Amino acid sequence: MTVPILKQGDTLIASIQAALSDRDLMDLRDDLAGRVGRLRSKGVIIDVTALDVLDSFATRTIRGIAYTAKLRGADTVVVGIQPDVAFAMVQLGLTLDGIATSLDLEEGMALLEARKAARGV
Amino acid sequence: MASEISVAINNESDVVTARQRGRELAARIGFSSTDQTLFATAISEVARNIVSYAGHGEIVLCAIEEGHRLGILVVARDQGPGIADLELAMRDGYSTGNSLGVGLPGARRLMDDFELLSELGVGTTVTMKKWLR
Repeated sequence: MTVPILKQGDTLIASIQAALSDRDLMDLRDDLAGRVGRLRSKGVIIDVTALDVLDSFATRTIRGIAYTAKLRGADTVVVGIQPDVAFAMVQLGLTLDGIATSLDLEEGMALLEARKAARGV
Repeated sequence: MASEISVAINNESDVVTARQRGRELAARIGFSSTDQTLFATAISEVARNIVSYAGHGEIVLCAIEEGHRLGILVVARDQGPGIADLELAMRDGYSTGNSLGVGLPGARRLMDDFELLSELGVGTTVTMKKWLR
């Protein structure tokens, strides 16, 4: 199952729909890295609202997506981590160090806009 | 007592199936949504270890009863290479694979009971329980 990626202005929005396999997540990483360059995107939003489990592999891959996008000149915001999922991540000892997070898509967009303004893009 | 649910673990999409079955069973027994998530996450970690280190194995889920308390049992079993140093494998941040090294110690924190048995060249069995409070 591929993750649909929407383009809104210079932001890419990837909405993870349901329980994704590892392969789907790695495809998403490659797909986003390519599109950030092709579309000259400045921001990436990864919406994980629909995900009911974020285990160590998924967390590591999302981190990889964010760091890759960063090296390609785009900021990433992870939005929609559910409260139960956040709790399980803390218990597991998983972190998203250095990666911006927001409660939902709207706040994620606002965060990216504020960062762009600060960078004078 | 409910019958066992067995999920064959041969590839990464079986990891998703195993945790979904686990969540369903936990919901049926009456675990809260938070506990269902903790449980599903623990299953995901041990199932992923099977795929990463052994290639093939199985996850067995079953409802359990002990005195007045109800719970859920997970057995993750493989005939893989086994773990050389169990103590090291249970240490946070230790990994021989390309991972974060939180799988086994993390799964132990998500569950109530956790037991790791492994023999080199024979395989690994992780037995975990979570009790309904």
